This record gives sequence, structure tokens and C-alpha cells, in this order.
Amino acid sequence: MCRLAAVTSREYISPMEPILALETMKEGHDGSGLGLTLKDLGGAFEKLKKYPVLSGICSNSGKKVLDDFMKKQGFKLKHEWNPKIKPVKDIAAHDHYFARVYDYPAAYKNKPMEEKEDLLMNTRLAVRKSGEPDESIFAFSFYPDVITLKEVGDPLQVAEFFGLDKDGLKAKIVLAQGRQNTNYAIYLYACHPFFIQGYCSMTNGENTAFVPIREFLSSRGFPGYMGYNSDSEVFTHILHYTTRQLGFPLQYYKDVITPLKATEIEKRPGAGALRLIKQSLRPLCIDGPNMIIGFTPDGACFMVHDSKKLRPGVVGGVKGKYALMSEECGVDSAVPKRDRSKDIFPMKYDMVIVSPQAEEVKVWNQLHGQA
Amino acid sequence: MEPATRPGIGLDHNHQLSLREFPYIIRWRDDRCKRCGKCTAVCPVKAIVPAVKGARTVTSEGPVPTPKAVRSITHVVEQVTDMERYCTGCGACTLVCPNEAIEPEYNQQNKFLHYKNKGGDGYKRGGRRNDPSISTLDRLKFTRISMLTDPALDAGRHEFRIRSLLGRIMRPEDLPLAAEGGNLVLDKKKNIFVPPVREIYPIMIGSMSVGALSPPMWEGLAMGVAYLNEVEGLPVVMASGEGGMPPRLLRSKYLKYFIIQIASGYFGWDEIIHALPHMVEDPAAIEIKYGQGAKPGDGGLLMAQKVLKLIAKIRGVPQFIDLSSPPTHQTKYSIEEAVAKMIQSMSMAWGFRVPVYPKISGTKTAKAVLNNLARNPYAAALSIDGEDGGTGAAYNVSMDKMGHPIASNIRECYLDLVKQGKQNELPLIAAGGVGKRGNLAANAAALIMLGASAVSIGKYIMQSAADCFGDEYNRCSLCNTGKCPRGITTQDPKLYRRLDSDRVAERVVEVFKAADVELRKIFAPMGRSTELPIGMSDGLSIDDKAMAERLGISYAC
Repeated sequence: MCRLAAVTSREYISPMEPILALETMKEGHDGSGLGLTLKDLGGAFEKLKKYPVLSGICSNSGKKVLDDFMKKQGFKLKHEWNPKIKPVKDIAAHDHYFARVYDYPAAYKNKPMEEKEDLLMNTRLAVRKSGEPDESIFAFSFYPDVITLKEVGDPLQVAEFFGLDKDGLKAKIVLAQGRQNTNYAIYLYACHPFFIQGYCSMTNGENTAFVPIREFLSSRGFPGYMGYNSDSEVFTHILHYTTRQLGFPLQYYKDVITPLKATEIEKRPGAGALRLIKQSLRPLCIDGPNMIIGFTPDGACFMVHDSKKLRPGVVGGVKGKYALMSEECGVDSAVPKRDRSKDIFPMKYDMVIVSPQAEEVKVWNQLHGQA
Repeated sequence: MEPATRPGIGLDHNHQLSLREFPYIIRWRDDRCKRCGKCTAVCPVKAIVPAVKGARTVTSEGPVPTPKAVRSITHVVEQVTDMERYCTGCGACTLVCPNEAIEPEYNQQNKFLHYKNKGGDGYKRGGRRNDPSISTLDRLKFTRISMLTDPALDAGRHEFRIRSLLGRIMRPEDLPLAAEGGNLVLDKKKNIFVPPVREIYPIMIGSMSVGALSPPMWEGLAMGVAYLNEVEGLPVVMASGEGGMPPRLLRSKYLKYFIIQIASGYFGWDEIIHALPHMVEDPAAIEIKYGQGAKPGDGGLLMAQKVLKLIAKIRGVPQFIDLSSPPTHQTKYSIEEAVAKMIQSMSMAWGFRVPVYPKISGTKTAKAVLNNLARNPYAAALSIDGEDGGTGAAYNVSMDKMGHPIASNIRECYLDLVKQGKQNELPLIAAGGVGKRGNLAANAAALIMLGASAVSIGKYIMQSAADCFGDEYNRCSLCNTGKCPRGITTQDPKLYRRLDSDRVAERVVEVFKAADVELRKIFAPMGRSTELPIGMSDGLSIDDKAMAERLGISYAC
């Protein structure tokens, strides 16, 4: 079982905060990897918010391929951030870790965001495809104001390896996952969080319904629904599919992955719509054991469980800063000064949504269809 | 030279058959038999007869041999060597014998099929494919067991929703939805046709007609199904088979638990159409039969001896005539006509409130039908009946040699739908050999994980609910003759009074409740409870590499 730590804040925070929170939950992960996604970036990135950031890892040969490819696509490099690598025992360093800020190709500068998003995703996929066979390039995300870092190893050691404790890298939302490897190979693309077109999520627990969900997503004809080196990647793609592609409000994510029983649906406002949603999205129903933490492009963060609540999760904090964690000790680490009695332990019908800028937290109840 | 076998010339019995040629040989115990005559009376085919034998016993008493011949008469039970009266092995004689003196024994060396074609007609029978080997379904194992990384669920404690959908399911993109105050509601302004969809139990009772089945059998099944729905909360549905339905049932509230079949003979549809204005509930669905697993490409047949008064009335035909349905729907000539127009007509008859789907026999061409249906937004499902499906009457060659196994047929159809992204839109119903060796829940679960939305059973329920004698050694298989010794497939009151419809209903309920428990016991350790694991092929393995490759599952040994 992995451990998850997310912090959303009005002020910029260091990614070390959720990583230190992960450290308090160390019993729950085996150090087989750390994944970090940062959104709403500060520091040097603060002034570059509208430009897409390509995050990834490459070898020396991959770097040249990447440079040539991006140039050919018309992307102009505006800024590059590289972690100052500090060699750490047990972590085999790759040649280059990067977060590169690009300017859009001229033809796309005035295009609507949706088209830009498709360009960015397709570019990321092309980069991934070219570097995947020889593992010369890994591309994790390519989107404005988002950075993703991943490496195999103990989270705290990986943070040290990246020098995150000394680097000025900051963000308002940080998702961190300490990986407990389960049935799948230890591989960088299997490391959470997963990101697609502004939507990001990380999960703990196996996904027993993985294969039918993967087949359903893969057959939507959307090029971004690929990869699936981890069974958890589908949670991110379901989020993207229901909210971006189908245009459902965020809380319907809960209705899609853990649909109500027929008798419960009848009592919900909008039962007719819900019944059809349940039928049409039947293959996306998960069966746990899972707890999912994620964010949407507007900066809202959420936590949701499988319908049997087979994994723990807690949300706590103060106005302006909330922590969404696998365990209470993680919240204590990230937001020690808070009223613990107000901590939220979402139950099977609940979806906790923290609004953008950590303004407020709401618990949306699926049974009643309201917060 | 005159042949020695001509009457009056020779006594070597040459053109007669010995019992070794017969599929079952009666083992009769002289020492136990009390000559009550029950066995010979009950034998449905008169394969055994009471006979009188003369015996000559030579005895000698005293120290010097003084042989004395005593002639006596004994009564025996004798098996006849007439192929028209072969012992079917049903064992009705054993059941009625008070002294356990008689029993048929399967004879592996039999040459039955060499001889069972008298008069130049092939062997016709009821029953199932006579293949006792272990089917693919029974070789499939559930190998993805949750334990530590993903804890197994508790079959007794957790809530399980073992339900499926029958009906055309809309593409999520096409749903008529509108946002209203942050919620989604149905957008009626869009005026989009939303196809009818039923939530059903994933094991259904397949098509067996009133006529093929005896009144108490059909009634027992129907009562069991109604009880399961009304009392047990299990939405089990049952298909009528071709031949209509009892008129009172058509007009009752229980009609919603029944799927009405229309086949190429249209038997019973006059009655159904006339009942339409009086129906208080819609049926669960309409099944258009194009084929069945037991006799692919062959029509239905109800033999004259089964067409008694009630059946004649329901079907709208005279009594005691052979009722054969043609192999195809004669009014149609192409797949577009046969499928699309039929679906359209049937949908229209019920105001597009009832799912309408075709049933075909397992075939290499199933994908062609599938793709036609996938493009037809009114097609509610596709039911595929594999080669192990049973029947009331067919040529032996059709049953034994024609058709396609269900496992790979359903799998390739499912994967074809996956390729098109329509795996959730068109439910597949799998039939043919489900529960062949008694593993109902396991076979059903395996087919579901291969991609079926539901499975259909026939023979299994006849055996488990009404103790049908049939097996894969051609035991009994008299369904076509109207002489069913269990009273299941007969219209002869003398025979069907043996069957108690209440007991059949009770058994139906027990069977489904037990299957429900077993399905939980399969799904729980695999970490599935909320939704039926349709297409969860990573849960399955098989001990044969070629089969694993064909089914797209893992090989395990």
C-alpha cells in the first residue's frame, strides 16, 4: 500500500513539506519510488505561468533527440530548471532531470486553450514514444504551471538526491506519493502522481477492476489514454474523461467510480440522469481498495475512496492551507497548528473537495447529492 | 445358394444384434428380483420385457449317478435387441425397483450410431452434445487472488451487487444531460431516444418452450423465477422459447420477468399479439431466435406426439401435427432485413419500451452479426448459444458435430467490441454448456470475465430442478419423443403428473440462491463486489497455452 501526501496552500510551499509528511508515514511504503507533482509554481516559475513546462528525465543521447524534436515542433525554450543532484546511495542517477519552460509554436499562440492542451499532450506522447524503447527519455507532464518529478528510491532520499531541501522550488499545490510496489514492475512511468491535461491524481491500493477500465479508456479513441504501467493511472484518466471530455461537474467523478445502488439513486436529485450515467459508464466502476487524491486544472483538490472505504484518508488544515493525507500523522506534519477536531475522515459516500487557493473545504455527500 | 439366415433355413441369428452393440446393457439380478413388473412397466422405450424361459435342470442324488432332468419355467426380465427399443440408460427401472435388482450399465463398446438409422433417417433425439470431455469453461481457473496488496473482500459481510444490464446502453457522449445548479439532470428538450435497459441477474433461464416442456415443468420454472424476483430480490429472468406463453401469464404482472421469444415458426404469436392491449406489464425483453447451439442452422421441431390440446391452443395450430420451424425466418432474405427490421418491428409493438435482441448459435460468423448489431442503435444485446447447448429435438449429427464452442466465440466478440469501444453498449449473453458438469457459478463467472454480460442456462436447470436423467453419454435423451420419464419434456399427463411444479419452483430458488453465494465466493477473493467483473480477463488462467493465447488470458500450470 502506498502512502499519499498532498498539500494545497494559498502561499507557496516547499515540496519538502509533503515529503516530510510522507516520512512520518514510512511504515506504509517500501521506498520503491517517489513521485511529485507541483502545481501553481513559485520561485523562478512564477512569472512563466502561462508557458508550458515539460518535465522529465533523459540520457545524454536522449537530450539531443529531445532538443531536436522540440525545435522541430516549433517550441522555443524560455527557461530550464534542473535539480542539483546530490549522489545518494541506492539511487542510480539518470543523466538529466529537467523542467523546461517552452513558448508555444507560433501557430498556436492565439489558439484556444483546448487546442493548446491537445498539442501539449500529443507532443508529450511523441517524446515519450521516441524515448521509451531505450529509456532515453521519460516525459511526465507538459502543461503550464505544472512540474512532475519522479525517481525510484526512498522518498526522503530522493528529495535529498534532487536537493529539494535546498532548492528554491516552490508551489501552492504539491502531490507526493511514496510508492509501495505491488504487482507491477518498478518503473518510472508506474510512479504516481499521473497527469493529463491539467488533471492529476495519485492513489493507494490495487485496482482490481483495472483491465476492464483500461480497455474502456483505451477504446475511447483519445490518444492520451495510454501507458497504464500502473493500474492507478486509470484513476487520472477517468477524472479527465468525466470532467474534461464529458463535462461533468467534479463530484460526478465519485458517481462514476463508485456508483450508488439503484435504490439509492432513486432518492438522489437528478436520479434520471444518474441512472443513465451509471449504465453508460459501468466499466469505470472501481472496486477498491483505493483512496484517491487529485487536483483539477482550476486548482481544486479532492479526496475520494472506493465504495467500501478499504483505504484510509484524512483531510485537515486551516483556511489557506490544507493537507490531504493517507494518515493523520501526515496532516500533523504538514499543518501542525490546526483544530484537529475538525479533521475530516471521509466515509464511503463522501468526496472531500478543497477549493482553489485552499479557501475552504467541503464534504460532498453522494447519497444526498450535496455538500 | 440360399442364405443360411432365411427363416426356416438357419438358426445362427446372423442379422440380429447382440447386446454388445447397445449403448446400455441391463444388469438384472435374478436372485433379487421379485417379479413385480414395475421396471418393465415404467420403461419409456420398452427396452425390457417380462419373458418366460424354459429351463432344464439335470440332478443326481445318491452315491451312484442317476441323472434326472427336470424341466421348469422361470420368469425373467429380458432386454430386447431391437434398435428401435434400445435401452437409453435412463434408469427409471432402477428407481422403481423395490429390491435394487436392475440397473442399466453404459457399454463403451457400443455401436449404436452404426445402426440407429433405420428407414434411411438419421438418429433424432433430445438432450445435449454427447461429449463427456472437460469443456473449456471447466478448465478456466480464477487465479488472481487478492490477499495482502489488495485485501480480499468478505463474501458474507460486504455488499455484493451481482447484477447485469440487458438493453442497449448509450454512449456516455450521447447521454441527454444538462447542468442545473451544479448537478446533471435529464435534458428532455434534446428529445433523444433512450433505449430501454433492464437490470437483471446475470444468470438467466434460457429459451425452453411451453410445448417442449411439460406444463408442470414450465410452471415450476416460472413460479421459481417469480419467487426469486418478488421474495428473494434476485431479478432472474426467463425466456419463453418459441411457442408463446400461457395466456393468463401474458396478462399478469409477472410478465416483466419473462423474455418472449419469436422464432422462425412464429408459433404462439397470434395469442401474444392479441394479448398486447391487455398486458399490464411489459416483458423483460424480446428474443429473436435465429439459431440455437444444439442444432445450428436447423429449425425448431415439436413432434406431433407433444402437440396436445393446450399446446395447440397456445400455438394456434391443430393438435397432433409436427410443428417444425424453418432454419431461417422465411420472410427475410438478408441480415439487414432479418435483424434490423425484425428488431424494429418488435420494438414498435411495445412502443420501444422493451429491449429486443437476437439469439444466434455459436459460429465463426458471429462477429459479422455482432458488427451489424453494433451499428444498429435499437439492438439491445446479442445472445450466442454455443455448441454445448441442449435441445428438445434434433438430429444427432447436428447436436454432436455442428456449432462453435462458446468460450472463444464470446471472447472474440467481446474483444471486437472493445476494439470499437462498444463493449459496454451491446451486452453479450453467453450460453451453451454453462453448468455442464455442475459448476454453474464458476462457468458463469468465467464467461463474464471473458466478456459476457450474462449467461443463459437450460439443461442445468432441468437437471438440478427436475432431476433430468440426461448426460453426455446419451443417457435418456428422449425429450423429442414425448416420453420423458421424469415428466419434464412431455405432454402426456400420465408422465408429467410425476413432476411436482412446486418442487421444481423450490429447486429453482435453491439453485439461484446457491449460485449467488458461489458467485460471491468467486468474486470476493478477486476483490470484486460492486460491479459485475465483465471482461476482467486478468482474473482468469487456463492450463493450455494455445487456449490461453486464443482467449487472451494467461497460461498457468
